[in-house]
Amino acid sequence: MLSSWPILSIITFLPLLGVLFILLASGDNKSSEHNCKMVTIWVSSFTFVVSLLLYFGFDPAAVGYQFEEQFDWIEGSGITYHLGVDGISMPFILLSTFLTPLSVLASWHSIKQRVREFMIAFLVLETMMVGMFASLDLMMFYLFFEGVLIPMFLIIGIWGGPRRVYAAFKFFLYTLLGSVLMLICIMIMYLQAGTTDIPALSNFSFSSEYQFWLFIGFFASFAVKVPMWPFHTWLPDAHVEAPTAGSMILAGILLKMGGYGFIRFSLPMFPDASLYFAPFIFVLSIVAIIYTSLVALAQTDMKKLIAYSSVAHMGFVTIGIFTFNEQGIAGAMFQMISHGLISAALFFCVGVVYDRLHTREINDYGGVADVMPNYAIFFMIMMLASVGLPGTSGFIGEILVLVGAYKTSSSLAFFAATGLVLGATYMLWLYRRVVFGRAEKGEVIRMPALTNREIGILVPLTIFILWFGVYPAPLLDILNPVISTISDTVSQTQLVVSSLQ
Amino acid sequence: MLFTQMTFQAALPEYILAVIALILVLMAAFFDDKNSSRRYVKLTALSGYGLAFLAIFALPSESQSIYLGLFKVNSFLVYMKGLVLIGAFFACWMVSDNWLDGIEKPEYQVLIMLATLGMLLMISANDLISLYMGLELQSLPLYVIAAINTRSLKSSEAGLKYFLLGALSSGMLLYGSSLIYGFTGLTNFDQISSFIEQNGATPGIIVGVVFLISGLAFKISAAPFHMWTPDVYEGAPTPVTALFAIVPKIAAITLLLNVTHFLFADIRFEWMQVIIAISVASMVIGAFGAIMQKDLKRMMAYSSIAHMGYALAGIAAGSQQGAAGVLIYMTTYIFMGAGTFSIILMLRRDGLPVHKLSDLSGLASTHPFWAFGLLIFMFSMAGIPPLAGFFAKWYVFLAAVNAGLIPLAIIGVITSVIGAFYYLRIIKLMYFDDVDQTLDNNAPKENIIILSLSITVTVLFLLFIGPLREWSYFVAKNFPASGLL
Repeated sequence: MLSSWPILSIITFLPLLGVLFILLASGDNKSSEHNCKMVTIWVSSFTFVVSLLLYFGFDPAAVGYQFEEQFDWIEGSGITYHLGVDGISMPFILLSTFLTPLSVLASWHSIKQRVREFMIAFLVLETMMVGMFASLDLMMFYLFFEGVLIPMFLIIGIWGGPRRVYAAFKFFLYTLLGSVLMLICIMIMYLQAGTTDIPALSNFSFSSEYQFWLFIGFFASFAVKVPMWPFHTWLPDAHVEAPTAGSMILAGILLKMGGYGFIRFSLPMFPDASLYFAPFIFVLSIVAIIYTSLVALAQTDMKKLIAYSSVAHMGFVTIGIFTFNEQGIAGAMFQMISHGLISAALFFCVGVVYDRLHTREINDYGGVADVMPNYAIFFMIMMLASVGLPGTSGFIGEILVLVGAYKTSSSLAFFAATGLVLGATYMLWLYRRVVFGRAEKGEVIRMPALTNREIGILVPLTIFILWFGVYPAPLLDILNPVISTISDTVSQTQLVVSSLQ
Repeated sequence: MLFTQMTFQAALPEYILAVIALILVLMAAFFDDKNSSRRYVKLTALSGYGLAFLAIFALPSESQSIYLGLFKVNSFLVYMKGLVLIGAFFACWMVSDNWLDGIEKPEYQVLIMLATLGMLLMISANDLISLYMGLELQSLPLYVIAAINTRSLKSSEAGLKYFLLGALSSGMLLYGSSLIYGFTGLTNFDQISSFIEQNGATPGIIVGVVFLISGLAFKISAAPFHMWTPDVYEGAPTPVTALFAIVPKIAAITLLLNVTHFLFADIRFEWMQVIIAISVASMVIGAFGAIMQKDLKRMMAYSSIAHMGYALAGIAAGSQQGAAGVLIYMTTYIFMGAGTFSIILMLRRDGLPVHKLSDLSGLASTHPFWAFGLLIFMFSMAGIPPLAGFFAKWYVFLAAVNAGLIPLAIIGVITSVIGAFYYLRIIKLMYFDDVDQTLDNNAPKENIIILSLSITVTVLFLLFIGPLREWSYFVAKNFPASGLL
């Protein structure tokens, strides 16, 4: 009944329908701008509601893909229109559809020019994100994966800060360079296997030599997206210059595309190479965690600080993925979802005060708690969640990753854990400088309290962050079956390798 | 049997163009150059292209050689002829009667039509003699129309430069042909290819092949024979540039495919080296050359050099798959090119054409639809999915990778990232920058129709790629199969 509906296609392309409506919106400037906003918020909220059907219709116990849709696309070439979700992709789709309306709401007043284009870009972006997570065909995946660049480039470049042009170009070219190498690898895989169907490719065993090169190609793309040190330099620029909503989506979803790619492609398709490269990735991740945490300590710009903290948090994700055990991968997944919520919330918190004071310099603030007590509470929850305080979702992800890391190597766990300490340091220090103290500066004293709209954005985020922190089972139940399959694939390889030695 | 119904039918589009061209000559002789008469001339020319395009569908579908083996027709070549006619139609149609730009002489249409006729002959060529004849029939009118704006020094310079370098390339081509003739004693493609199949290639033939390819590389403006392109693109009146950018390349690259994949199919490992070198050089020069340009037309010139480099990667594969890739590439190229130039033609201030890059700044707020069109074409040319340009690159590089040319494909995708820089710069100017000086708001309906059509094709190409791929792989079977596929 319900399953006969092409739910995934509907979720993917519903936002494009919104674009059509926006194009039809006419009238004078003020009212048409308002209409555009309303259309966008309604369409993206409705998309979220539809995507809830995925959650309720999803059978966590089932192995394999659900809600599958497959049609001919490029006939006779092994490239099809193939959508479907499993425990890995479904949470990301929900995260995307959940964050999009919140981001739109976040930019309600802060986007003042070319509102119509902004809303169109955002809806197109949503289609690309959802489509990417729902794709079960490598060619389609690549279309969406790259297609994301177009709206994001425009969002940073048109509505960004003073150095937006530089940031937009850097973001675009950096990610494009990584992706084109993956494209060559996709061609090689396609020519080898005769299909770009992801389930088929996961069962196709590439020879070790091929795996080695294919892994490097995919790594080039995903490492930039994650981003892993030393490929992270585009991220602080992009984050700082992007408008609040852009940063929310960038940190919330776009960074997860890399981690998702590792779990979806690198591990099941190139298990030999993944094992081979795992130590290398651990080193990069440890460097990322420690180095970027130290860099974050030195920042004077709030957005930049959070951007660097994202790199450090994503370091946990890559460690978790490449431990290959169930705890590690589950932790990485959990960390990605939780970081998606927390970082979006943190960027929004920065956006809130930025809208009032038009500065992101930490030193221009101080004593915000005096004038905006509600804000101080929300900011504190987000900050503590980011630090990984038990009771918040950040804790579950990090502890699982650390358990997984400890199983692999105790020194790995040790170095990763230093990141926790450093993370606590820079976040608490940021919070102290911004929120505590006495509000002395005139501009700070005159800051108005949180509006209902802003509270309306923060409350749902807070609920989920706390809920997953206290009761992570719903998410872990969805993740576990598919993660154990992936983990088994790699451990079988591990066994083969060790028996050969 | 030189003239039978069959030979007549197989060459119907050419006959139609020839007859209409003669009618145009008469009209040009008797009409003055007032607006109204110019409209009649244009209408006649357009109906010529339209009729010739319809005649394409009357052509026999099986492959056959006609006129004592001087020409041949098969479904691949017919498809390319169709593309040439569509391109010529666009290039002719999107020039409004009110824009003079120095092309108001009625002879303009006559020359374009003769050049188009030459292109169709080139595509069909099956003999060294007919190859040269078609090529020159194409080139000579183009030399003239590059210089047609006699009031403009730059236009004259462009024409002269094009003529001199073109003559040089024709010389190289003739020299190559004469070597091949000298070492085989044959001019017919079928006979030469079976001669090479039996006797192998002597060094003399290989030198001939290299010269022949060089001559053709000039016509598609591939590096290192690209020197004329930026100057001619910049100097010629914009409608002429539009024509240059869209149409002759299709004919020349088809001829190159025909020469390499059919005529020299048995010595592919010899010419592949040459094509790979030309392809890499074009991709690199196209990407880096465009970065410094301040003139939109010059930038488009380098962009077209890079595009030819990508298309050549398909030829370098030396397989039917590569030929199919080239077909797909040229199909997308014609729409991206026509769309882009339909906008460039409309960029005017006080009625005069402007084509500095800086003239584009703030276009998104003054002319949102034009800016959106350019945005789509620029992303597409940069090869960003899901737009048409991505699929074009996918199929040529897929063929290259399949032929084992992975380094070529890697260079290709990396230069396409470099190329993305200057395409993005156009978008930056239009969307990120503020308005400098506003442009006219005069948009002829022809341009808007072509623009809308091109946007539709470029954006929705992912819906057409399935049938197109199937068709292209089917018609590419007209080339002899290689061990590579």
